[in-house]
Amino acid sequence: MKILTHPYDIKQDEDMMQPLDFNRRSRLKHVDKTYKSLITNIIRLTEMEKLFQIRIIDDADRERFSFLPGQFLMLEVPGYGEIPVSISSSPSSKGYLELCIRKAGIVTGALHKAKRGAFVGIRGPFGTYFPMEQMKGHNIMLIAGGLGLAPLRSPVQYVIENRVDYKDVSILYGAKHPDQLLFNYQYEEWHRIDDIELDIIVEKPDENWKGPVGMITKLLKNLNISPDTTYAIVCGPPVMFKFVCGALNQMGIPMQRMFISLERRMHCGMGKCCRCNIGSTYTCIDGPVFDFWTVMNLKEAI
Amino acid sequence: MIFKIVNKDDLRSLFESFHEEIEFVGPKLVETKADGKPIYHYLPVDSLDELVLDYDTTEYSAKTYFIPYRETLSSYEFKEKDWEQEIKYRIQPRVIFGLHACDINALLKLDVVFAKDFYPNPYYLSRRKNTFTIGIACNTPCKDGFCKSLGMDTVSRGFDLFLTDLGDRYFVKIGSDRAFNALQKIKTQDISEIDKKDYLTTRLRFKEENQTNVSIENLPNLLDIEFESEVWKKWGDKCLSCGSCAMVCPTCYCYGVSERVSMDFESGKKIKQLYSCNLLDFAMVAGGHNFRPNRETRLKYRYYHQHRGFVESFGQPLCVGCNRCGRVCLSGINPPDVINDLQTEYVK
Repeated sequence: MKILTHPYDIKQDEDMMQPLDFNRRSRLKHVDKTYKSLITNIIRLTEMEKLFQIRIIDDADRERFSFLPGQFLMLEVPGYGEIPVSISSSPSSKGYLELCIRKAGIVTGALHKAKRGAFVGIRGPFGTYFPMEQMKGHNIMLIAGGLGLAPLRSPVQYVIENRVDYKDVSILYGAKHPDQLLFNYQYEEWHRIDDIELDIIVEKPDENWKGPVGMITKLLKNLNISPDTTYAIVCGPPVMFKFVCGALNQMGIPMQRMFISLERRMHCGMGKCCRCNIGSTYTCIDGPVFDFWTVMNLKEAI
Repeated sequence: MIFKIVNKDDLRSLFESFHEEIEFVGPKLVETKADGKPIYHYLPVDSLDELVLDYDTTEYSAKTYFIPYRETLSSYEFKEKDWEQEIKYRIQPRVIFGLHACDINALLKLDVVFAKDFYPNPYYLSRRKNTFTIGIACNTPCKDGFCKSLGMDTVSRGFDLFLTDLGDRYFVKIGSDRAFNALQKIKTQDISEIDKKDYLTTRLRFKEENQTNVSIENLPNLLDIEFESEVWKKWGDKCLSCGSCAMVCPTCYCYGVSERVSMDFESGKKIKQLYSCNLLDFAMVAGGHNFRPNRETRLKYRYYHQHRGFVESFGQPLCVGCNRCGRVCLSGINPPDVINDLQTEYVK
């Protein structure tokens, strides 16, 4: 009975032989194959966060790894686990990636102990992205709370590289303590070289803090914006979205022009494991970037 | 669809001829309950005599043969400071004998997620393509099963062979070329008018006997409106968050991924393990925030995913109405009751 017993080897499937490309969907692939990557440098940003510069080892894979600002990847530390991480580097650098990671659990704990030269695995990129093309010719407001600056750094870099395409660009950033501010070595450059207006607020100032004190919404109060030509990108803890986007909506920015990046604990990144589901919406496929109107219609989203 | 009539003994001899060389899985009697009710499981069988083809329902679904409770996604060899990843797919062929329509419909729904959607899943596809699926029509409806209400009591694809017992012979639907070729080895007949009539009578009798009705009309919309309903509190308070419902469900496919390292630190495994949305940490994220910390929100989510979310994404509910979850639930949360509760809430 050859007909029944002849094993079908999925590895021999024609599609399977094509190079892995997660941006081309609906093709049979080794979905759990990781790109082996080298940690080339580790930069301590704050007490809890480090920036990892990693490089996909294989030259062809590195070139093929193209992503758009807002997409995320799955980072695996073999033996420890796999986590979703947003990409903090510019899309033009492709497989040379920068990931800002807070020490929060097993995998991130292992990463924080790792040294330069360690190997990790990555899969991706996954998910939706900020519509940077659509935003061209407009003002952009990037609003971040706490660790929210990590996924925002990718669109910031994109804007910097294509500065001519965008009008006024501003970053509003709020953190608890002044020593929790991420990427503070870049603020001067962003402001003086790249003509980005930067407003930073902290909740609990120390003796050296000279800037404003309070919640991020306080920065919105004395803001002068032209709602017809402004896009907003908002990223931060869930509680922030309602207040910030609500306030922006009051100012007249349409909900479809406010983009939010949601956080969930994905286990696959491909719309299979359901761990990131909001109702039926997969944060990994339909998100993580949503416009505010979509988020308003998702129950339990924020 | 090609239909044939096959003599029962002929079909048996066909499968007996090669059950030595291929794994055979089918409904098997494992235990008898205190009230005398038999308990069946889909288990590997040594001989065809062990198969009980007139079973009413099994305690567990057959999904474990397609999405196992625990599966190795990839393995790692650690050496010095480096590692190598290896991925294997299960390719050993298997025959599953005696799936009911609900279980085959469940496989069709899993196909939508794992075989047809974005990123087709090679682990699932390999198992599905290497499984020869033989379905059999229910003779007597199981207690509480509401497959009829969901239109899941009949099936027209997703199997290799589908049998309907007509007493001395089987009315056979042939669903694949490999099944067609296999049947060439034995004597088959084309269906006659009498066979057709017998078949339709059997189906009609089954439909009449199947009395459980659940109103699924307007359910997606209703669930949206009743998001804050007291019904969820009522049923959620009973829920023990044990996840039994997801375990026996033929379509629940949510999972979690974790890694294990061997005792000598020389190798590691990335393991996928089925999960349940009723478990406490299902929607927990880094830093400890839980998006669904309450029992009722988690129970509600299960119904939302099955009857609203999945409909939105794929145009059909995820549930097949087998009611295994209702039967296994330790605190008596019965889906027909929950849905009917919601429907009455709506009318109120």
